[in-house]
Amino acid sequence: MAHGPAKGIGRWLFTTNHKDIGTLYLWFSFAMFLLGGFFAMVIRAELFEPGMQIVKPEFFNQMTTMHGLVMVFGAIMPAFVGLANWMIPMMIGAPDMALPRMNNLSFWILPFAFALLASTLFMEGGAPNFGWTFYAPLSTTYAPDTVNYFIFGMHIMGASSIMGSINIIATVLNMRAPGMTLMKMPMFVWTWLITAFLLIAVMPVLAGAVTMMLMDINFGTSFFNAAGGGDPVLFQHVFWFFGHPEVYIIILPAFGVISHIIPTFSRKPLFGYSSMVYATASIAFLSFIVWAHHMFLVGMPIGGELYFMYATMLIAVPTAAKIFNWISTMFRGSMTFETPMLFAIAFIILFTIGGFTGLMMAIAPSDIQYHDSYFIVAHFHYVMVAGAVFSGTAAVYYWLPKWCGKMYDETMGKVQFWVSFVGFNITFFPQHFLGLAGMPRRYADYALQFSDWNMISSIGAFTYGAAQLLFLFNVIRTIRSGTPVSEPKTWEGAEGLEWTLATPAPYHTFATPPEVK
Amino acid sequence: MSASPVRTTIVKLLFGAAGMFLFAVFVMPPLYDLFCEVTGIGGKTAGPYQVTEAGVDTTRTVKVQFIATNNGAMPWDFSPKVHEVVVHPGAPTEVAFYAKNRTARDMVAQAIPSLTPFNATEYFHKTECFCFNQQPLEAGKETDMPLVFIVDKDLPRSVKTITLSYTLFDVTGRTTDTTDSSNYKEPFALLN
Repeated sequence: MAHGPAKGIGRWLFTTNHKDIGTLYLWFSFAMFLLGGFFAMVIRAELFEPGMQIVKPEFFNQMTTMHGLVMVFGAIMPAFVGLANWMIPMMIGAPDMALPRMNNLSFWILPFAFALLASTLFMEGGAPNFGWTFYAPLSTTYAPDTVNYFIFGMHIMGASSIMGSINIIATVLNMRAPGMTLMKMPMFVWTWLITAFLLIAVMPVLAGAVTMMLMDINFGTSFFNAAGGGDPVLFQHVFWFFGHPEVYIIILPAFGVISHIIPTFSRKPLFGYSSMVYATASIAFLSFIVWAHHMFLVGMPIGGELYFMYATMLIAVPTAAKIFNWISTMFRGSMTFETPMLFAIAFIILFTIGGFTGLMMAIAPSDIQYHDSYFIVAHFHYVMVAGAVFSGTAAVYYWLPKWCGKMYDETMGKVQFWVSFVGFNITFFPQHFLGLAGMPRRYADYALQFSDWNMISSIGAFTYGAAQLLFLFNVIRTIRSGTPVSEPKTWEGAEGLEWTLATPAPYHTFATPPEVK
Repeated sequence: MSASPVRTTIVKLLFGAAGMFLFAVFVMPPLYDLFCEVTGIGGKTAGPYQVTEAGVDTTRTVKVQFIATNNGAMPWDFSPKVHEVVVHPGAPTEVAFYAKNRTARDMVAQAIPSLTPFNATEYFHKTECFCFNQQPLEAGKETDMPLVFIVDKDLPRSVKTITLSYTLFDVTGRTTDTTDSSNYKEPFALLN
């Protein structure tokens, strides 16, 4: 019954194999990562010096908007869906995802969503220019005509995410190997199960928000238009009701990845497994009741500000539990520092810094100073780049030998790590200073006193960008001519069902479910 | 792999997703509006007020300030005739706002109120207001638009100054019947 992959392009177009679809997701997300990274380079090149240098302010606004949209929805989210497709069936001992054909559909509509979005760059009126948060009325009354392409792109992308989530939940709940109880599931599976529930809860809210925009723009409704009795502030509530769980949708699978890599290279089991599970669930629950901390300046009553401030700070508790568990896992372990471990440790350090700046902004009275400044830009890049992107990179290095049966170049990996680490910090640490000094975000120009740190930040950005090309080169080189590896366990300390399989992982795995004790 | 537990999971999740979409479009906006109405947070003042009890509280005075703003590219002249009045709670007061359509075309405007401080919103009553209806104005014409208000005697004593702001929107071409009692219109009502 076992057969290999089909030949030619048809293998990729019609595939229902979870490994093929995982690969497609990962390559797609890397392509989007480079596209969004290119937009970021345009932004940093323009901000290299004060004054107008390279692009017009209108185009600069399109770049900041497209950078955010492409990175969040095109790069980070599909990357973790790709990892989920590859790893979840192998981790729970299932032969494939529960709904293989829907899996194919949910991937293949994504390129169309982002083609719609990116095509607006070449249209009259230009791409969306209202920021990735697309606040009304900027995105309705004052939006370019191309906003409708953006809206339909969001709809398609949301449909893809919802289908992907349904698939993951159906797989995890119904197809675990005999003996694998919920509390025996690997952490990556747990974090993705919870993430998938978050996605199903809030992606429809995003779809609702853009649908209401669509109605306001084209069909004369007034959801967000004060002239007709609506309210623009309503948009912010709806958006952040989606948007805050969204940031945990991005980071929870990253937590899962780190919870695999740290024990492997510490050669100790994960410290506090059950507390990790409960912490993840707590974070997911809290994410629904803190959304208005993004809106401290819209004119909330004092009671509202206080509630959202304290509820937000509460999230630090389960998050800290996770950080301490990772550190306890490393404590007195026989640690080695291969590339995935380096990225994982950097993740813990830099994500903690990003978490602390988040706590600073949760304090409503001081948020007035940080709001919409470069401080928030620094904050969310510490958690999105050093958090999600570093852990995604770590995951690729960690599982790449299992996927393709070849070892990556360790030296090149370490070089990429150190250049990324240094470049990232040079880029974003000075942005804390810029924000505290009062430089507002989303402008193509700035006052002269911000010149030095902006130039340093731009140099760091180009450095970080170059390191990603090295990553691409290392991965392609590994696939084409890496040193073959064949033992099931690539890493001495690795645990889990995926490491009981042959290396490289066969096209079909676990046709007979393994017994989990 | 048995199909039925998987199918049960899928059906539940699909209902969940559809439910959240409907929640976002049909529940969140009215809920938000209700929340603002109950708390007065939005500063949206209520519709026409029926005077229930007479009597003026002459023991204290409240300063009421008026602000007029044009939204976006609204080309009209729009300003309060008096910028502030000092009133006794309970006393009806009439003021007027001046508007002139400086363009060469007939236009329709809608004024949207906002009031600060928020905890005064429910104590500020209007018996007559140009903001209750859309205001048509022919090309080049000018008009005085009346507002009659009563500050409630139960206004918290901490409130000494009330600021009432009107933003004027151009609604030419999207005219609807706005003789209903509230500024708020169901968004879908405009579809009919």
